[in-house]
Amino acid sequence: MSIQVVDRRNNPKGKSSENRQRLLKRLENQIQKALPDIIKNTNVKDISGSGEQVKIPVKGVGEPQFSYQPGTGNHHHIQPGNKEFSTGDTFKKPPKGSGGSGNGQQGSNDPSNSEDDFFVSVSRDEFLDFFFADLELPDMVKKHLNTIVDFKQKRAGYSNQGTPNRLNIVRSYQNSMSRRMAGTLYFDKEIEKLKTRFEKERLSEEEKELIQKEIDRLQKMKNAMSFMEETDLRYNNFEQYPVPITSAVMFCIMDVSGSMGEKEKDIAKRFFMLLYLFLTKQYERIEIVFIRHHTEAKEVSEFEFFNSKESGGTVVAPALELMRKIIQERYATNWNIYSAQVSDGDVWNKTDAEDCGKLMLNELLPKIQYANYIEVCRNTPSDLWDVYQNVKSKRNNFEIGKIHEVSQIWSVFQDFYKKKTTAL
Amino acid sequence: MKTTAFYRNLFCRADWNIQTILEADDVISQIAKDYLGLDTYPNQFEIVSSEQMLDAYSLVGLPISYHHWKFGKDFVINQNNYKKGRMGLAYELVINSNPCISYNMEDNSTCLTLLVLAHASYGHNHFFKNNYLFKQWTNADSIVDYLLFARKYIAKCEEKYGYQEVELVLDACHALMNYGVDKYKKPKSISPKEERERFKQKVEDERVLLNDIWRTLPNQKDDNSYLRKFPQQPEENILYFIEKHSPVLKEWQREIVRIVRKIAQYFYPQGQTKVINEGCATFSHYEIIQQLYEREFVDEGFMMEFLHHHSNVIYQPAFDSNHYSGINPYALGFAIFSDIKRMSLAPTSEDLQWFPEIAGKGNWKNDFINIVENYKDETFVMQFLSPKVIRDFRLFDIEDLQEKDFYTISNIHNEQGYKAIRTNLALNYNRSKYVPEIQVYQVAVMGDRTLTLDYTSTDNRTILKEKAEKVLEYVHFLWGFPVRLIADEDMGNIISEVK
Repeated sequence: MSIQVVDRRNNPKGKSSENRQRLLKRLENQIQKALPDIIKNTNVKDISGSGEQVKIPVKGVGEPQFSYQPGTGNHHHIQPGNKEFSTGDTFKKPPKGSGGSGNGQQGSNDPSNSEDDFFVSVSRDEFLDFFFADLELPDMVKKHLNTIVDFKQKRAGYSNQGTPNRLNIVRSYQNSMSRRMAGTLYFDKEIEKLKTRFEKERLSEEEKELIQKEIDRLQKMKNAMSFMEETDLRYNNFEQYPVPITSAVMFCIMDVSGSMGEKEKDIAKRFFMLLYLFLTKQYERIEIVFIRHHTEAKEVSEFEFFNSKESGGTVVAPALELMRKIIQERYATNWNIYSAQVSDGDVWNKTDAEDCGKLMLNELLPKIQYANYIEVCRNTPSDLWDVYQNVKSKRNNFEIGKIHEVSQIWSVFQDFYKKKTTAL
Repeated sequence: MKTTAFYRNLFCRADWNIQTILEADDVISQIAKDYLGLDTYPNQFEIVSSEQMLDAYSLVGLPISYHHWKFGKDFVINQNNYKKGRMGLAYELVINSNPCISYNMEDNSTCLTLLVLAHASYGHNHFFKNNYLFKQWTNADSIVDYLLFARKYIAKCEEKYGYQEVELVLDACHALMNYGVDKYKKPKSISPKEERERFKQKVEDERVLLNDIWRTLPNQKDDNSYLRKFPQQPEENILYFIEKHSPVLKEWQREIVRIVRKIAQYFYPQGQTKVINEGCATFSHYEIIQQLYEREFVDEGFMMEFLHHHSNVIYQPAFDSNHYSGINPYALGFAIFSDIKRMSLAPTSEDLQWFPEIAGKGNWKNDFINIVENYKDETFVMQFLSPKVIRDFRLFDIEDLQEKDFYTISNIHNEQGYKAIRTNLALNYNRSKYVPEIQVYQVAVMGDRTLTLDYTSTDNRTILKEKAEKVLEYVHFLWGFPVRLIADEDMGNIISEVK
């Protein structure tokens, strides 16, 4: 008898990875649905920060089969390990729905014990893909058509000029070979002719010598053909082609005044964290300007924005004023400008709110692609809300929304950045 | 000639390599063939890592398969369980093919590797080659080629029609996989030539047997219902029926239905031979390793380790133990075969009375080979579960009647109970206990083409409605016209319906 031993250990890994991808595709909907929960329960920063895997709970991916209704029918259960039972003993059945495993035989077909619930772990990148699928910054096209800023190189055949590091050896050798073949053909023919004459014809010694000389001369010329000449050389050619890049800037304006409690700040931070993740994940080039404000507005670093504890009273208009100034200084032309503002809507007085409205309506919105405003944890509309509502009715690139609970962040976020079907 | 000391030196140390396996196979194959009389396919013995074992698990033991999310799901579940330590991996996995492929985990010890070799490459291998169900329903020579074809074909369909389209068909077929098997051989379909012959014969018969009395009888009422019923006989292989008769499927979709059906058929014997198959393999490895020891190929230390693994494999927790999850097929199968050997060599008066054909005859090797060849779980238990095994397992029988609100211990391991326990346990291995009997009942050929499936109720059990509806949605996709599931040929008793 023969046996063949095969060592499979060095075979490529991940035989199941394709099947796993299929599963993730299939679970797309479920994962999308699980997102609000994940945002609520995990610190968004954790998702972005560590390279760890994200666990997503999955509810049964149905593989239905015809099956029996549990608890129906007559059975004989044969069990091992009898200790004290004798024939005729009786036992009360556990009440229905209790899922009690009276004698162990119900556990497996108990419907509540659905084996289908499980976790899939996806890598951070996979997760963020799910997270931000179907979201985009609206109207991004508007300005990038005329903002051709970057160039990329692509291959474009061969050229006969170039630097030595781009020399294409194969091409050059090909040319050299064909040149040499073409060039030596004439000499070969002539030499051949002379040689036949030399052998076949009756010639005088003198003539022979002359012919021999001629042959030698031709041979010498043939050998003088150089191996490689300047004209043979070919270089890889590259062409620059313009890449339209989308230059965009996002203004994040967060209210950190004293009226913003822990909960309000938490919601605001989570919203911005999500926004930050979204922007950095989906757009290669985007600038983000962070502005915090209480009585005064300040442009701060990312770290400060998310972590600083500074606080004070509330005046909103200076933040918008600061934004206007920054736009004028840095992003005056050729920029797609976006802004997101979060506040509890608590303003110092009505004029402040009205100032904001005016700034927004007259100064900012004409310059920017899209802005939104979120009011957190407020039941009665604030002055700011009223003013902004008025602004919204006049401009269509302005949205306002309210968030009361952490769990609402995702849906509001989605509403703001949902991909609009672009009419082509 | 290699000495026993040479082998002992090789087998009784912790590390092993390919040479070890080759040498072990020399010895083991000889014992398997000459001592036990096993007849096997050639072996292919593969060394795999734990990750590769997980891959193999999720393909339910197929060496290759088409891509589908279902396998990804199984992989993820297995991986989770394995990582959390909730599940250990089997030492081995074996595939019914020719050559017979066995997977051995790389971190198995020398002792375990030999055990796997004896268990899988000889025990299971012999079973695959000789058991009547496998002989009848599977084709070990061509399965790997067929799977390769299936994988390529489905990949091609995905390229042509998009993988979502293909997935729809596969999902639907998977839901019906249990109903993609023939349980009985169909008569071979006859060729047109045979058909013509048969028709001629029929005309001739009518001529010869012409009897005027029949012609003069008044016309019987035309029974059109008989003519209209299609199929004339219920069809148990639903996927087959759909493949042949679905009004809507395209050619490539039919081929996919066929592929799933073929794979289902390949697995059909495995579900019905768990106890006897594992019993065969476990009994074989036990006998083979025992022989290795008796012939001094291995030492006491090896045997200690072997017995430790062996007793783990055949451990049967009691019903009230936390580890209990039904009767362990390894334990039961091994116990029955071991008891046959015992009865054959040293019978008691009880054995003589219960098993006169076996007890005291001393033919246990022949009996073993014969049983392995001709039985499946149900018949195996029904015939060979001896009173001694019932006592050893302390089996008892709980009667669970739906209308009663209490359980009754109807039989225990005593003289009065043996037969009933044996019968009831055997019946629990019948396929209808876990797969409801559902057949294609009829198609409304003259009407709206409704496809009616019929559930033949067993043990008074009913079908889970919610799941049935989901399956019917898949059937509806494959059939293209309304489908319904009825119970017990009663057109009024509709369990579920999709229009």
